[in-house]
Amino acid sequence: MSPAELFALPFMQRALIAALLTGLAAPAIGTFLVQRRLALMGDGIGHVAVTGVAIGLVTNTSPTWAAVVVAILGAVLIEVIRERGQTNGDVALALLFYGGLAGGILVSGIDGQSASSLNRYLFGSLTTISADDVIVTMVLAIAVVGLSVGLAPQLFAVAQDQEFARVAGLQVRFYNVLVAMLAAVSVTVAMRTVGLLLVSALMVVPVATAQQLTRSFRTTIGAAMVLGVFASVGGLVVATFASYQATVAPGPTIVLLALACYVVAWPIGIWSRRRARLREPFPDGTVPLHEACDEHPHAHGPDCGHLAVPHDDHVDYVHDGHRHAEHGAHYDEH
Amino acid sequence: MTTDDTTRTPAVAISNGSVALGGRPVLRRIDLGVAPGEFVALMGANGSGKSTLVRALVGLRPLAAGEVRMFGTPLDDFDDWCRIGYVPQRATAAAGVPASVWEVVAAGRLTRRRLLRPLSRADRAAIHDALEIVGLADRRREAVSNLSGGQQQRVLIARALAGEPELFFLDEPTAGVDLPNQQVLAETLAQLKSRGATIVLVAHELGPLAPLVDRAVVLRDGRIVYDGAALADHEVHQPWFAEPHTHHHHPHDSAPKQTDHVPHVGSPVDRPRGEGR
Repeated sequence: MSPAELFALPFMQRALIAALLTGLAAPAIGTFLVQRRLALMGDGIGHVAVTGVAIGLVTNTSPTWAAVVVAILGAVLIEVIRERGQTNGDVALALLFYGGLAGGILVSGIDGQSASSLNRYLFGSLTTISADDVIVTMVLAIAVVGLSVGLAPQLFAVAQDQEFARVAGLQVRFYNVLVAMLAAVSVTVAMRTVGLLLVSALMVVPVATAQQLTRSFRTTIGAAMVLGVFASVGGLVVATFASYQATVAPGPTIVLLALACYVVAWPIGIWSRRRARLREPFPDGTVPLHEACDEHPHAHGPDCGHLAVPHDDHVDYVHDGHRHAEHGAHYDEH
Repeated sequence: MTTDDTTRTPAVAISNGSVALGGRPVLRRIDLGVAPGEFVALMGANGSGKSTLVRALVGLRPLAAGEVRMFGTPLDDFDDWCRIGYVPQRATAAAGVPASVWEVVAAGRLTRRRLLRPLSRADRAAIHDALEIVGLADRRREAVSNLSGGQQQRVLIARALAGEPELFFLDEPTAGVDLPNQQVLAETLAQLKSRGATIVLVAHELGPLAPLVDRAVVLRDGRIVYDGAALADHEVHQPWFAEPHTHHHHPHDSAPKQTDHVPHVGSPVDRPRGEGR
């Protein structure tokens, strides 16, 4: 079967739509989680959703909707534990983590369900998505993206500085719970794509990648969504082509592709930050002593290749640990 | 001591206000009214309760007893938050995701923005003005985390300014800020004062802000021990305030050493009631 024929198949097109929407929704809400330093919240909710899926499978109702309900309950519970108790956010997460996973395995065991049906949700199965699933995914993903972009100013203020937000008259608790609920919904959206155990990767890794190169929140969330779409659609395509040779699951491919983006962006981020620091103008102020440097055979100039940094009304040339400023016929050490 | 002009409603007033943290009294029966246009400095040593007082005034700390009134309205019913500008103690200017200076300042405009509406021209102008006043307009695109501590403090002040409030609460804006940045801060506050803003400022030491202060309130151990004309920094730590301040050396001091926030052993109200709360 040629690639063109393969991508024309309905199940493949459904998979592409689901991947695209997941790639948009997960990083959008993930940015707010990372901003609040709750990067692992998606993972915690993912584990809780395992219980929901298991309940859905056992009771023969929709596993997706059961997962949505249980995940939202779990997310709100995490938020309450975090707010009420003196417990740290990460401790609250850990409690839910293990409870959710253990509950899911226990419940699915009661019914004698084989592990394979639960596995579809644990590790994703993009290619078995039904038409109904795609519609549910679309509705939920659009809701997540719409709310997290539309309410971005409020959510940003609350995540940035809760106390200030409260004095600004924002309903901080409402927005915190909203973020938790949106995270829960996007977990269930991403469940079929990358699976519950890898769901957090799509919420966090594109954000971590984006912030290597960005300086503002808006570009971070935008770049994270672009990277999320690239990773999820690209991962699906890569997995499809690779499946001519071997069995390649799309879920892990998507996550690994997202991580590969990070690996590329990381050194670029380090390099660009270092460069920005080097080129920052020196603070104004007089140089305490007139310190002429020793013989200087080299003439500095715009094209001499040395780093030129503005300083007051002139330019210092930085090389080999020196800052040289032209002074008459010689160079001063600044 | 209140102001002469008793006919005007105080911008903010706390009456008989007590705050307990973990069952321990931190503020005890505080009575304080700040008249519109007044510049009040809350002073005192670490742990004297001055930050807690400001946090109680803006509603971040629940009162165990007493009442706070904002422009005459009890705090629970108050919803005119655009009249309030709050500058929390620093360390929160940067978060897990980079944010530009402009974005942080724009968050201060939320008090006047409606849900799901884009920024209006007036919003943008106010944000720009706020950045101009603190002298950071040219750095608005930079990440907040790249700024120095003093500059981050100025960003937080600009954020409060962006909502164009009339009553400011500043919690230790000068802590850990170098002198040039403190000077910029003083100029900013002088501008606000000349526009008629009411300012409540928590400070350990006033430094360049001293000439602006109309009235000083000194707290010690959760109680107001001085309320009157502005004091010089060294006066706040005078022995007659019984200040357990570490910079002072009293070799013959016979008074028992006291740790911050730990109540007097001699105070009869603490032991039986403190347990119950």
